[in-house]
Amino acid sequence: MSKEEQLLKEFTSMEYEHGWSVDIEADSAPMGLNEDIVRFISAKKNEPDWLLEWRLKAYRHWLTIEEPKWPNVTYPKINYQDIIYYSAPKQKVKPENLDEIDPELIETFNKLGINIEEQKRLTGVTSVAVDAVIDSVSVATTFKDTLAELGIIFCSFSEAVHEHPELVKKYLGSVVPMTDNYFATLNSAVFSDGSFAYIPKGVHCPMELSTYFRINAANTGQFERTLLVVDEGAYVSYLEGCTAPARDENQLHAAVVEIYVAKNAECKYSTVQNWYPGNKDGIGGVYNFVTKRGICAGDNSKISWTQVETGSAITWKYPSCILKGDNSIGEFYSVAVTNNYQQADTGTKMIHIGKNTKSRIVSKGVSAGKSQNSYRGLVRINKRAENARNFSQCDSLLMGDQCGAHTFPYIEVHNKSAQVEHEATTSKIGEDQLFYCNQRGISTEDAVALIVNGYAKEVLKQLPMEFAVEAQKLLALTLEGSIG
Amino acid sequence: MLKVKNLRASVGDKEILRGINLEVNAGEVHAIMGPNGSGKSTLASVLAGREEYKVTSGSITFLGDNLFDLSPEERAWKGLFLAFQYPVEIPGVSTTNFLKTAVNNVREHRGLKKLDAVSFLKLMREQMKLMDIDQSLVNRSLNEGFSGGEKKRNEIFQMALLDPKLAILDETDSGLDIDALKIVANGVNHLKSSNNAIIIVTHYQRLLEYIVPDFVHVLFNGQIVKSGTKELAIELEEKGYDWIREEVEGISI
Ligand SMILES: Nc1ncnc2c1ncn2[C@@H]1O[C@H](COP(=O)(O)OP(=O)(O)O)[C@@H](O)[C@H]1O
Ligand SMILES: [Mg+2]
Repeated sequence: MSKEEQLLKEFTSMEYEHGWSVDIEADSAPMGLNEDIVRFISAKKNEPDWLLEWRLKAYRHWLTIEEPKWPNVTYPKINYQDIIYYSAPKQKVKPENLDEIDPELIETFNKLGINIEEQKRLTGVTSVAVDAVIDSVSVATTFKDTLAELGIIFCSFSEAVHEHPELVKKYLGSVVPMTDNYFATLNSAVFSDGSFAYIPKGVHCPMELSTYFRINAANTGQFERTLLVVDEGAYVSYLEGCTAPARDENQLHAAVVEIYVAKNAECKYSTVQNWYPGNKDGIGGVYNFVTKRGICAGDNSKISWTQVETGSAITWKYPSCILKGDNSIGEFYSVAVTNNYQQADTGTKMIHIGKNTKSRIVSKGVSAGKSQNSYRGLVRINKRAENARNFSQCDSLLMGDQCGAHTFPYIEVHNKSAQVEHEATTSKIGEDQLFYCNQRGISTEDAVALIVNGYAKEVLKQLPMEFAVEAQKLLALTLEGSIG
Repeated sequence: MLKVKNLRASVGDKEILRGINLEVNAGEVHAIMGPNGSGKSTLASVLAGREEYKVTSGSITFLGDNLFDLSPEERAWKGLFLAFQYPVEIPGVSTTNFLKTAVNNVREHRGLKKLDAVSFLKLMREQMKLMDIDQSLVNRSLNEGFSGGEKKRNEIFQMALLDPKLAILDETDSGLDIDALKIVANGVNHLKSSNNAIIIVTHYQRLLEYIVPDFVHVLFNGQIVKSGTKELAIELEEKGYDWIREEVEGISI
């Protein structure tokens, strides 16, 4: 067997590290979806009527539309009646302090490398505030008080509905309308929880805000909703991480993230997506159908998306920027790694509306095994977007010859002053590179990690430091077992 | 240290090495010379463990071990080093990071403590001086956009950091101007000791003026057809490889 074949074989047999599940008593909705389920969820959350109406409207619209067929992915038809749409860890009231949190839950988060207790103790020292969402419900948010002193709101979505209804009402669906697409509409009907953050005018959020999502219960869909509002001149860096247990059936994750950024404000949104990818034969894994979009509503505003996608059986996701304000900037940095039978169709949309708007896209795909990895990106320069600029770099790295890498760039220019540049490369990890590393005493496994991390460096360096290390480890881990 | 016996190796159906015998002891410098395509790099690759080259017969022992039982990285840990004729580029991986990974891997397997960033940088700086390596070079991606001379110097720089028992330098001199050649030769001489050995693969005897070999072998068409001392290198330079060709074709089948 050649080194590459061997590498491929080993790579393909790597294990998913977060594949455990915890026996936490859950409080669930009956399986299936109908108006009653939507009402059930809303009632569970004690929601105001306007929100129930909003959900029902979304549900009724959803019944009239169809699943998108254009992504470059294939999967058996999803039976939406086979899914549980609401599951909450049984915890009577939202815990006031850590002693009230189910020890199993704390253990769950320890396994994820998030020490909630430690977090609490280090108040003011650590730079990450965490909102932990397990199955469908936010179980713990740290540093709330510290943040509140600055007027920053960081809480679970359900809490925001009760505590800050005016903000939720104003911004919910303002970036991703409830009718946006099949999965976003479904989410609008059945979303259970998620995170909410509001950064008031002129406030530079002093710590990373972070949400960790985990699907735990079986047959459960996860439909969380994140809403970030960054007011004039404010700044926030937001992190999102996720894992799920190894299960033989596919699990649906259809989330929505909306970001609203006002004049002179900036939001940096980083994701490390590590949902269960399925086993090496392609059994199980999460269907990750996610809508993420931000609007640079005011002049001189900026949104920067960074994503490291290593998990999920199927990823369908295009974190996008609507560059409405003049001089606003949109960025998208992505590393997507697919292995075994994973499929990823991911990229971004940069919609230039304001004058002198700029966007930058750096996409790095890594495909191994029998996986398919597609970049799909739209750059649209609208009529009145004078002097818009875009630069796109889309690279693919292939390991072996049974995987696929595809690039679908769409460019629509309606203003002659626009400058749009697109560069793309495809390369392979060469046997000569691996041999060179081996000759220097570096094992093939370490060499692959080194080469892939080098390849993805431009993206990884965009991550906040706490996350960059984790992401590098994750890439190495995903590549573990690749010893020649 | 190294004992090669009747080594035959091929790529695909093509036999390239056709019965090589070579013995190298600690403290020795051997030069292997020969025309293009005679199999010099192939021999170096087989020693380093490149899988592309299939060994069809013969044996190699290295410091008491059957070399064929060891993977390329195990050979490196044990002290075998190859300065490549064509060093590869690894985009995005800084030279410093690469070297630190290599040094610590090798150290770990030699029962030494891994170096932390500070100690590694200190070690690296010392060797950089020796090889006249600029800081900007080690900040760049490994070999990416390096000039021919920079690549070659970088190879010997790595040799210095990895402290091998047996170093094989595959045409490290080609593409070097006289100043760079001297730096490389000085570096190699500095590293040479009674505990290690060096095999220098070259076309010309130029480098051998600076690194004086104990033995010179002529590789021709996959066989060592002549061995001698440093005078053989001078003779080769004067008479050219045609002389060997005639001589060999005279004797051979
Ligand atoms: N990977 C390979 N595939 C096919 N032929 C090869 C390969 N490597 C070397 N050769 C052939 O083997 C012979 C010896 O090559 P090489 O060892 O590079 O010679 P040298 O280093 O002495 O110039 C040449 O004819 C060369 O073309
Ligand atoms: Mg050669």
